[in-house]
Amino acid sequence: MNTLSRYRWWFVTAAFLVAFTLFTAEFQQAQTTAVLAATLRQSTPLVLGALCGILCERSGVINIGIEGQMLMSAFAGFVVASSTGDLLLGVTAGIACGMLMGAFLAFLSVSLRGDQIIAGTVLNIAAIGLTSFFFQTGRSLPSGKTSRIKLGPLADLPILGRVFFSNRPLTYLTLLLVPVIWYALFRTTWGLRTRAVGEHPSAAETVGISVVRVRYMNLILGGGIAGLGGAYLSLEAVGSFERMMTNGKGFVALAVMIFGRWNPIGAWGAALLFGYANAVQTQFQFRGWLADDPQFIGMMPFIVTIVVVAGFVGRARPPASIGQPYSRE
Amino acid sequence: MTFLRSALVPMLAVVLAIASGAIIIELSGLNALEAYKALYDGALADRKGIGRTLEKATPLVMGGLAVAFAFKAGLFNIGGQGQLVIGALFAGAVGYGVTGLPWIIHMPLALLVGGIGGALWGMLAGVLKATRGAHEVITTIMLNFVALNITDWLTSKVWREPGIIVRTPAIESSAEIPRWSQLPTGFALAVAAAFACWYLLERTTFGFEIRSVGLNPEAARYAGISVSRIVILTMFISGMLAALGGAIETQGIVGRYEPGFNAGLGFNGITIALLARTHPLGVIPAALLIGAMEAGGSMMQFKADVDPEITEIIEALMLLFVATPILVRWVLRRRDTSEISVGAHWGDA
Amino acid sequence: MDDTNPQTPDQPSTSIPAALEAVGIGKRFDTVIANQDVNLRIEKGQIHALLGENGAGKSTLVNILFGLYHADEGEIRINGTPVRMDSPRDAIQHRIGMVHQHFQLVPVLTVAENIVLGHEPTRGRWLLDLDRAAAEVTELAERFGLAIDPRAKVEDLPVGIQQRVEILRALYRKADVLILDEPTAVLTPQETDHLLTVLRGLAAEGVAIVFITHKLREVLAVADRVTVMRGGRVVGSTTPAETDEAGLAEMMVGRSVVLRVAKTEARPEANVLEVRDLHVRDDRDRPAVDGLSLEIRAGEIFGIAGVDGNGQRELVEAMTGLRIIEDGTVLLDGTDITGRSPRQISELGVAHIPEDREKHGLIGQHSIADNLVLNRYFRTPYAKRGIRQHAAINDDAERLVADYDIRTESIRAPARTLSGGNKQKVITARELSHGARLLVASQPTRGIDVGSIEFVHQQIVGQRDSGIAVLLVSAELDEILSLADRIGVIFKGRLVTVADAADLDRATIGRLMTAGST
Repeated sequence: MNTLSRYRWWFVTAAFLVAFTLFTAEFQQAQTTAVLAATLRQSTPLVLGALCGILCERSGVINIGIEGQMLMSAFAGFVVASSTGDLLLGVTAGIACGMLMGAFLAFLSVSLRGDQIIAGTVLNIAAIGLTSFFFQTGRSLPSGKTSRIKLGPLADLPILGRVFFSNRPLTYLTLLLVPVIWYALFRTTWGLRTRAVGEHPSAAETVGISVVRVRYMNLILGGGIAGLGGAYLSLEAVGSFERMMTNGKGFVALAVMIFGRWNPIGAWGAALLFGYANAVQTQFQFRGWLADDPQFIGMMPFIVTIVVVAGFVGRARPPASIGQPYSRE
Repeated sequence: MTFLRSALVPMLAVVLAIASGAIIIELSGLNALEAYKALYDGALADRKGIGRTLEKATPLVMGGLAVAFAFKAGLFNIGGQGQLVIGALFAGAVGYGVTGLPWIIHMPLALLVGGIGGALWGMLAGVLKATRGAHEVITTIMLNFVALNITDWLTSKVWREPGIIVRTPAIESSAEIPRWSQLPTGFALAVAAAFACWYLLERTTFGFEIRSVGLNPEAARYAGISVSRIVILTMFISGMLAALGGAIETQGIVGRYEPGFNAGLGFNGITIALLARTHPLGVIPAALLIGAMEAGGSMMQFKADVDPEITEIIEALMLLFVATPILVRWVLRRRDTSEISVGAHWGDA
Repeated sequence: MDDTNPQTPDQPSTSIPAALEAVGIGKRFDTVIANQDVNLRIEKGQIHALLGENGAGKSTLVNILFGLYHADEGEIRINGTPVRMDSPRDAIQHRIGMVHQHFQLVPVLTVAENIVLGHEPTRGRWLLDLDRAAAEVTELAERFGLAIDPRAKVEDLPVGIQQRVEILRALYRKADVLILDEPTAVLTPQETDHLLTVLRGLAAEGVAIVFITHKLREVLAVADRVTVMRGGRVVGSTTPAETDEAGLAEMMVGRSVVLRVAKTEARPEANVLEVRDLHVRDDRDRPAVDGLSLEIRAGEIFGIAGVDGNGQRELVEAMTGLRIIEDGTVLLDGTDITGRSPRQISELGVAHIPEDREKHGLIGQHSIADNLVLNRYFRTPYAKRGIRQHAAINDDAERLVADYDIRTESIRAPARTLSGGNKQKVITARELSHGARLLVASQPTRGIDVGSIEFVHQQIVGQRDSGIAVLLVSAELDEILSLADRIGVIFKGRLVTVADAADLDRATIGRLMTAGST
């Protein structure tokens, strides 16, 4: 399969967008760099959310609760990091929180066979309620958010250096996760079994694979990744916690996952596109476009999501067993 | 008798949730009994309290109806928030912008325009689903955000009251929904809407078609029902119900449109619809319950020092317990075969 | 009737323990007793047929033997030792393989991936070695004479080839016991013969084989021993030498059974249905109906025989308005119904008994009364100006329940509480009381009990006799041969033969079904 020709539309679009950015920035390096860097930054939580969604849905379980997982984890990470002063501990707390919520979702939807959409909604509402109830203003991170790590001389390249090789740790981790998960899903036995469970759980069960175990594992792993996304928001992107700070990113991640056809690489590309839609708001501000009507700028990522979902989901097929609780008898 | 049996799960869910809420309150170092007593004082103890409860309950009834109605067709409308603000704003715009009409025309007109605005907004998601297979969970949530932005812009630029505060001018008195001895009559409208929904779903062929599509869209198609048509019309009606909730709020309580006046109501609609087991009439007691909790919230903070957000947690717990009947069944060791299932249709185009 | 326990004199008691034995198995689902006190002995190198009607409990029993269900009572013994079967994993460890009635294949994965799933060859612990998988699968296929392309995607394969993959899947891990659940349901007569040869070969190598079927012919052809189940119990055990088709049928049903419905000569009149050069695509956008033409006259039954997947389903859906017609015309009594909506076509006089009654024929949670009126709920007297008239609906329902002998406690009960046969009766009652000119019946007796099969066949012939045109699509060759006046064999989207039923025989039809020519 010729990767180049299959993804040619991606390359064309990417080239077009970069050109657009350069042009509207009037080729100023600083502005262009800022927008492209913002694209990568805005795409990171979306990638992580989408990877969580992919792990869950590839094994046949819908996870609408990514938003709640990210929010709770952002909160948990922030609370732990601000109390202990240790950012790494905070990140771990965020991941653990996500994993716990993933396990809970698994309990509701796999063990109890409850409706998966409702279970995910419960996660979301619970996250909003709990984070709002326990949130106290006035906390802060003693040493601020995570710091940039420059990758040697590569970081000194113009534009590319600043955008790709001079990032904070969780951003690097995300970039690494994408190919790792792709590889795991399509080249390992774990991935084959996951996909079998997602497409036809009884087929997997009749060769001795435990559908329950596979789904639990995927939901917990996915939850951990969503947790990482939450920790990223509070500990790396913003540096503090605000109520409802996820602001719909968990749902946009679902659109990213669909647009990327449940494939980690595709999702990464889609996330970059959405990240760009977010980042270009900055571009608009730089140029003073629509300065009097900022609401229209604010709408853009959501409209892009709708357009994408309406334009593409009809042709993309989710794993076949999705949404249906599995029982042997 | 069967009514009581089907109400058993939600009632148990409520009890479990309130008990769990009490535990959380105690864990944060405060007195649960005091808190709940204060809640009761604020919500139900006197006429003012009841008035507050009914006020809060009205948009909840409409929001719950919106979600329940859509559920009947197998659709998950999470766009209640957006549909509601559009309804509230448009009603407010007609309310202040149109003058010289008698009350008998002006008041219903404002309701109508508000309702149609939200109906069209809901229908948009329906069309996207019917023609492009776009799942309504994602589109309605996105449309929420878009609606919030649009109404924000309209309020600050187009229909703005001169002055610093961002809001529309007050509506004419001919557009108001009057109170009746301190009680909001808008609640009566909501109850009427609930009965209308019930009648539509149970007694008409249209309702039969909606329910058939919700239960088995493939078999409905084979029976000659146009699934696309039903999806679009259902989202239209669902959006209208949510929007009317907003319109009634504007015309009956607030008297104008102010942004941010009911954040988060969209999700409440889901809780209420599920507490009601998606039965249109069941929405009424469910809304009264949650409305009472919200009405008593500030009293609870004042008297018992408990953050009103605890009610949100209790609601989340209620949702949890009612949405997983198996959990409750397992506690009770009972068999209740009328499951609610929305997720099974996720993969349908 | 005969409730003998097969441990009695029929079978020689031996001191060699059976390869697989079920002892006193009992299983209930809610209020339904699926298995009661079931005993079954499968000896090494023996082909043991398990016979019974749909609903007799055969599938339940073998699912218990394979660990998919848990028995409430009784035990399973392997080589004389009692074992626990908690999941298919245990069964596989005990070297039991199973070929399932509904294929357990993942459509989007390749043949090799499906076959090695769960026991994949790897490089290191995690890395899939798909090349080795393909090689192993090819080798396995050659050994059993079941040619296959390991890299093909299962969803692209015709059903008969998928059956091979399902069989190879069970054989990939060396099995001492092989269970096959209705393995010939989708095979042509020739493919069936080949499969039976493979099974005899395996038995000769010492494999113990359990072979579930409802086809009496196959039992007599290949089994060493037959055990018959009815209503969840074992009602008898014998050998092919000691019985015949009629005898087996009587054991299965409990009374003497008419195997072929009595039918007078057809008296066909003018054309009711004309299909001209029809082109229809399938779900994957490939041509499914590829230039098909046919005519059906009033008062005749036209049977379409063919292997699943040659366009029958798409043809039926196109004719009933459920699928887009690319090209060609469909005329009903001279009226062009090409491209009309399902509702319009139904109103113009087409009744449809769909292939999948659960998915398409009934809305299970609606009441029986509502299901009985599903094709006309919007007409008077069942509705006036959009308001439903429950009195009229219920009267009609009571009448139909009586006329069609539908066993139920109340017309208000949800349709899903009915047995398979009664569900099919509801659909039949609804469609046949429609006042149609054309009846399209697709697999009308799939998965239902013999009594209901008799009934449905009588109804179809009755319709024909009263001047209705009938299009019968069925994978059961016996059904076609028994009912049809004229037969067309469908192959790759076209009718390769159309002839009077009297002029065709099983073997010829079988060849046409497989290869498109004799």
